[in-house]
Amino acid sequence: MKHAFAIAMVVTAVPVWAGEVTPSSVSFDEYGAVTESLTGVTGDPENGAKVFANRKQGNCLACHVNSDMADAPFHGEVGPSLDGVAGRWEIADLRGIVANSKKTFPGTIMPAFYIDAGYERPLEKFSGKSLLSAQQVEDVVAYLMTLTEE
Amino acid sequence: MRTIATVCTLLLVAKGAVAGEDAVLDIEGETFITKTAAPAHMENVDTIFSGWVFRTDETQALQLDDFDNPAFVFVDQALDQWDTAEGSAGKACSSCHEDVSEFEGLKAKLPRVENGELVTLTNLVNTCVTERMGAEEWSYSGSKMSGMTALIAHQSRGMAMDVKIDGDAAPHWELGKEIYYTRVGQLQMACANCHEDNYGNMIRADHLSQGQINGFPLYRLKNAKINTTHGRFKGCMKNIRATPYKEGSAEFKALELYVASRGNGLSVETPAVRN
Ligand code: HEC
Ligand code: HEC
Ligand code: HEC
Repeated sequence: MKHAFAIAMVVTAVPVWAGEVTPSSVSFDEYGAVTESLTGVTGDPENGAKVFANRKQGNCLACHVNSDMADAPFHGEVGPSLDGVAGRWEIADLRGIVANSKKTFPGTIMPAFYIDAGYERPLEKFSGKSLLSAQQVEDVVAYLMTLTEE
Repeated sequence: MRTIATVCTLLLVAKGAVAGEDAVLDIEGETFITKTAAPAHMENVDTIFSGWVFRTDETQALQLDDFDNPAFVFVDQALDQWDTAEGSAGKACSSCHEDVSEFEGLKAKLPRVENGELVTLTNLVNTCVTERMGAEEWSYSGSKMSGMTALIAHQSRGMAMDVKIDGDAAPHWELGKEIYYTRVGQLQMACANCHEDNYGNMIRADHLSQGQINGFPLYRLKNAKINTTHGRFKGCMKNIRATPYKEGSAEFKALELYVASRGNGLSVETPAVRN
């Protein structure tokens, strides 16, 4: 009896653990931080770097200088340099900033990368879609955590 | 001759130095106003700048001499079109209009309201094409129209932009202003986020300007043709993954009036050159 109960617990717990947090159910604290991983899978910083630089994905270089990618051309200057960003923020803060920076910086120009609703006149093919997947967000956050040098 | 010059400059343009806001636009001895006090209606900006100021030295140079300016190939073609009869009336522009120079000053005041409707230069030309020449309407940003509107706007080159925003223009202007400040698309950005809050900053390889239209229609090195105001608006909206309004729509005409009014005081530069 006790045994069966434990198994049932595990089974019902599985979707919560393995399933992704959907864009509408991300839980932000009052400062805009997101404590819980969006996927439960540890982020891959190498893939995160690719997503960061890719113009059709993060395109973070459009607005940020990042000396770790000094080889890539054209770093923008709309946002602050991300050098040493891991020393300025906790992982939960960075997850919140990437998922929806407007919770941390109200009115910012930085796009929200993990929302899928509330768009005005989106191009049809992007309607109802988030800019990044949950795992891509985790990967980018893992990459940001490697940026320790000022 | 000009085609060769264009190809060479295309190769040079990749990325050059950024001439500062003190660069002087001087064409054939005439000095243009590329920087001046913002019109009173602008709440968040003190000084307005022509987009020319933000371009690289190489791109700027192409506008300094009409012989180097690739846009004039298309302006010359429009002069031929000016004399070409079209439509059931068998008339050319020149059958009724003595010289294109009679349109001096027109571009500086457009768009304007006529009988409650906002009209652009394109609308005025199309009225002649359809109602006076009996021809098919020219497509809003097609090559015939972009060339002809460039030729006509060129007659006002050097004059200060001066569109009317009050009286019967007010409701259109308000609509344009609302569109300018509304965040759209998957990237949730408004024109103002880039062209008011961030002009002077690099966004990737692009040096953000104030998104002024005093140089339109203008030549872009990117697509080697004349580009219209509405075509540019459309491009900016698509870049932020927003569904653009239609070229010639009430929304884009209102936006054109509003953006033009943010440039009141800058010299008309048509045909300008941009990357
Ligand atoms: C359109 C421009 C833009 C893009 C694209 C952009 N950001 Fe930002 N970002 C900003 C701005 C502006 C700020 C400053 C916050 C504000 O608005 O006050 C910022 C702030 C940040 C911060 C906080 C930095 C600090 O030190 O305080 C981080 C981290 C960050 N962005 C990461 C990213 C990542 C990762 C991406 C890509 C997935 C990205 N940004 C894409 C504009 C942008
Ligand atoms: C059958 C005669 C006729 C032809 C052909 C004609 N127009 Fe017109 N156009 C007019 C008349 C009449 C007006 C109105 C003039 C006025 O309101 O002062 C006008 C007005 C205009 C205006 C507005 C001028 C202003 O100050 O408001 C433009 C621009 C214009 N024409 C361009 C053209 C072009 C370009 C062509 C050739 C594609 C053309 N027209 C062909 C007769 C003609
Ligand atoms: C993501 C940033 C961004 C947004 C948002 C944006 N634009 Fe642009 N726009 C650009 C860039 C980059 C250029 C090319 C460089 C420059 O002139 O700023 C440009 C160029 C222009 C130009 C040409 C200026 C010239 O002198 O050649 C106009 C006009 C313009 N934009 C209008 C608009 C309008 C109207 C909107 C809103 C519907 C808008 N833009 C939204 C980035 C943006």
